Amino acid sequence: MATLAFFYFGSVIVLTAVLVVALRNPVYSVISLLVMFFHIAGLFVTLHAEFLAAVQLIVYAGAILVLYLFVVMLLNLQQDDSYQRQVKWGLGLGLLALAEVIAIISKVALPEEPAEEKIAAAAAAGNTEAVGKALYTTYLFPFEVASLILLVAMIGAIIMAKKGIMGPEAK
Amino acid sequence: MVPLSYYMILSAIVFVTGVVGVLIRRNIIMLLLSIELMLNATNINFVAFSYYLDNIAGQVFVFFALTVAAAEVAVGLAIIIALYRSKATVNVAELNLMKW
Repeated sequence: MATLAFFYFGSVIVLTAVLVVALRNPVYSVISLLVMFFHIAGLFVTLHAEFLAAVQLIVYAGAILVLYLFVVMLLNLQQDDSYQRQVKWGLGLGLLALAEVIAIISKVALPEEPAEEKIAAAAAAGNTEAVGKALYTTYLFPFEVASLILLVAMIGAIIMAKKGIMGPEAK
Repeated sequence: MVPLSYYMILSAIVFVTGVVGVLIRRNIIMLLLSIELMLNATNINFVAFSYYLDNIAGQVFVFFALTVAAAEVAVGLAIIIALYRSKATVNVAELNLMKW
């Protein structure tokens, strides 16, 4: 059952990832990325990371993707959007890197599946509680820094999207 | 059960797809989308390792990666809008503002 779920989610993720890169219309690419985010959330559920699955849906599918769609439609990109000249080089380098990574993965010793009782204990304790506890004790300082990053991003986005920051109309 | 190497190979495939996307696409928005693919590939890896090593730190790190991704998208799209306003193109081949 778990194997079946993995292969379903994995195959859809790979297919939609390739579609994101291959489709010529940016709107279709964004939609296919949306499908990919949903299936990654499903994969997180099979890995007992329910909190992250929910956050993935809310933040990625709900906020980031809408932002992309908004900008794609705002810029109205209907002109012919061909690939770069180096498609063959890109694909060749990608396949080379992939073969390399797979060769390394097949060589190293990886940790085995955790024991059943450990998984059951973790599930009983609750994934959200565990993440929250780690976030507010061990990782409290990085958490605060993350809020600062979001503030910087917000101010930066507002300043940069303002009219007259670049180009001839700048005062 | 699924061995950890399957998750790693899945993540590697998605990551390489993102790299290829950055290399071959002309549209700068598609470049940002490809970076999104790469970030998600690392997230899959983090969550898989968090499960197999029974350590919650991996999931916390994915949380921070999400924060950074959100910031990156907001700033990146603002830059694209500013660029489009001044240059009227999103083709990276024509955006040579900083070329010496």
